[in-house]
Amino acid sequence: MTKAMTGAKMVVQALIDQGVEVVFGYPGGAVLPIYDEIFQQNSITHVLVRHEQGAVHAAEGYARSTGKPGVALVTSGPGATNAVTGLTDALLDSIPLIVLTGQVPTFMIGSDAFQEADTVGITRPCTKHNWLVKETDKLAATLHEAFHVATSGRPGPVLIDIPKDVQFATGTYTKAQQVETHYNPQVKGDLDAITELAKAMETAKRPVFYTGGGVINSGPAASQLLRELVAATNFPITSTLMGLGCYPASGDNWLGMLGMHGLYEANMAMHDCDLMINIGARFDDRITGRLDAFSPKSVKAHIDIDASSINKVIHVDIPILGDVAHVLEDLLNVWKARGRKTNAEGLSKWWDQINEWRAVECLNYKQEGKIIKPQYALQRLEELTKKHDRYICTEVGQHQMWAAQYLGFEDPNRWMTSGGLGTMGYGFPASIGVQMAHPDALVINVAGEASWLMNMQELGTAMQYRLPVKQFILNNERLGMVRQWQQLLHGERYSSSWSESLPDFVKLAEAFGAKGIQCHDPDTLDDAIMEMITYDGPVLFDCLVEKHENCFPMIPSGKAHNEMLMGDASTEGAISGAGEALV
Amino acid sequence: MSALKIKKGATSHSAYNLRPNYSDTVERHTLAVLVENEPGVLARVIGLFSGRGYNIDSLTVAEVDHLGHRSRITIVTSGTPQIIEQIKAQLGRIVDVHQVNDLTVEGKTVERELALFKVSGKGDNRIEAVRLADIFRANVVDSTLESFVFEITGTPEKIDAFAELMRPLGLQEIARTGVAALSRGAV
Repeated sequence: MTKAMTGAKMVVQALIDQGVEVVFGYPGGAVLPIYDEIFQQNSITHVLVRHEQGAVHAAEGYARSTGKPGVALVTSGPGATNAVTGLTDALLDSIPLIVLTGQVPTFMIGSDAFQEADTVGITRPCTKHNWLVKETDKLAATLHEAFHVATSGRPGPVLIDIPKDVQFATGTYTKAQQVETHYNPQVKGDLDAITELAKAMETAKRPVFYTGGGVINSGPAASQLLRELVAATNFPITSTLMGLGCYPASGDNWLGMLGMHGLYEANMAMHDCDLMINIGARFDDRITGRLDAFSPKSVKAHIDIDASSINKVIHVDIPILGDVAHVLEDLLNVWKARGRKTNAEGLSKWWDQINEWRAVECLNYKQEGKIIKPQYALQRLEELTKKHDRYICTEVGQHQMWAAQYLGFEDPNRWMTSGGLGTMGYGFPASIGVQMAHPDALVINVAGEASWLMNMQELGTAMQYRLPVKQFILNNERLGMVRQWQQLLHGERYSSSWSESLPDFVKLAEAFGAKGIQCHDPDTLDDAIMEMITYDGPVLFDCLVEKHENCFPMIPSGKAHNEMLMGDASTEGAISGAGEALV
Repeated sequence: MSALKIKKGATSHSAYNLRPNYSDTVERHTLAVLVENEPGVLARVIGLFSGRGYNIDSLTVAEVDHLGHRSRITIVTSGTPQIIEQIKAQLGRIVDVHQVNDLTVEGKTVERELALFKVSGKGDNRIEAVRLADIFRANVVDSTLESFVFEITGTPEKIDAFAELMRPLGLQEIARTGVAALSRGAV
């Protein structure tokens, strides 16, 4: 049964058929026919953002917090180019997105028409795949294929560029079930390789699980299997920034996040382990530090669905290509069938060593006097919100690292942050996307004042859709991470790293009709946070914190995991030689 | 480790081929990439090479299966073994790519390139050019009283050698197709 309809109607029909409930977008000339169709239906909610970058980040937040693909709809030309940062962000963090862009009519393509841009050309390197649809008859099939590509294998953003005449013209609607695709990435891992890993687990004296965003992308089953595996083996587990929540922060075997600002015990365990089991992480440079000194004594296994991630920067001994949940299920079965063996004596010594590292208490800081330390603000936030149905977003910088260190994540899909691209301005729109997906949850965006201002226009969106997102701004009137690097690397010459002429955030909130709260006193912080949580509506929380706090531990660029900086005393000449050129 | 069942040239398994320690020696590899004949697929492949800083020594592309909508891209590239493996894995994950074969490691191959040479001259040079063309089994496909266009087919090395010989004899222009390659023997 095929149906004839206009291209614009096909877009809406395909979104409905794919189970889409929310679209984030911004209209313009080249997408008017689609907006006209959206106007005439009630299945899909359209969220009008205030800038196309906000639409894509909101879709990312929606996707990350639900496990479903996020959808954004923008117009041609500037609409599409404004979406590029979000697309790149989603590509680096493997977030499934479908971005629909309008395009000038096919007969005007290439004529430098008004609001024309070579959208598929511009977005080719920042999407997993993209299409320019020139025939209405092919539109529906392309839309369905787009959902398949975005969500299969290693997820990622896809873009469909739809010329205006294709939206107006009538064609035949193809149902999702009728679409044939050749894109079917392998999900089952090789059993021989999995058996080899199981064997290595039986004898390892100093094993560690090094998990990443791939566990979360693989779905809730992957996190469940991981928890089962950790409990059964009693191996310690650490995670990248992107993987927080796949294993509960309250779990006994949790070492905390690893990497440049990871915990001492996590990085030391990575450096000294004899078996590293990488599950859905990608040996990012924030994780590895100096490559030739990276975990020199370990046998390395790597479970990843993307063959190009395996052996890209670190040579691994046991590569397993497949989906995390599928591989973990097989790994558990094989390991159990072989007798559930571990090296108990070795493990016991390993835990003794880890507990010594834990005793260093690398996250210690001093909250003294009348100035709020950013770490203290986050600890109080954690304490007062952890029992809520809570989702945390962040912007990018020091506050992001502190949030990763001081907040505890018990479940996957509760932590939305820009890891790979490090996009300032991500968190606020992302929190809008999360709140759309979880209307009754407590959604908090931990922000810095500079990052937050990058997409502050979305306060209008939050107000319009009555989204009670809490913007928890750690305001140090500095670009804190930039300032930290200038202190460590550039002789304390703080070039353009302070935020001058900041707005009065309370008045700014009130100008939009939102609530503004300012707090500068540690003694009133708890009350202020409670006021933020209980207020029914968007809140801008301006938390004035210590201006010169540095984020530790820190592995300086060009250094190894066991060369962490632990506090201000040890920072002199910390970054030198080849490390200076690294970012 | 040898127990792993890896199909030769199977892109989806390419990670398994990466067990030996890498050497720093730069190798030249000929890759055959079977792609969906879609607009932009060549841009995707080329963009991958430029975006990630890989080398393209030669590239040819043409539709090879009209009904099946397939094109074959033959790429000659060079890099360390690790880079070559990365290139294959990166190519393999492009949605429009059906198959990546590394002809250099998959057995013996036939490599051919076609080139056109415009040579102009008079007198002895002209005679010598025709004599050398005959030795190289190049055909004359255009001729005036002052010029020839030769057509030559062979390995890139043969074409390089012919170019060296033609240079002093009045070589004006060269057009080369780039390498087309197939594995020897039955599939």
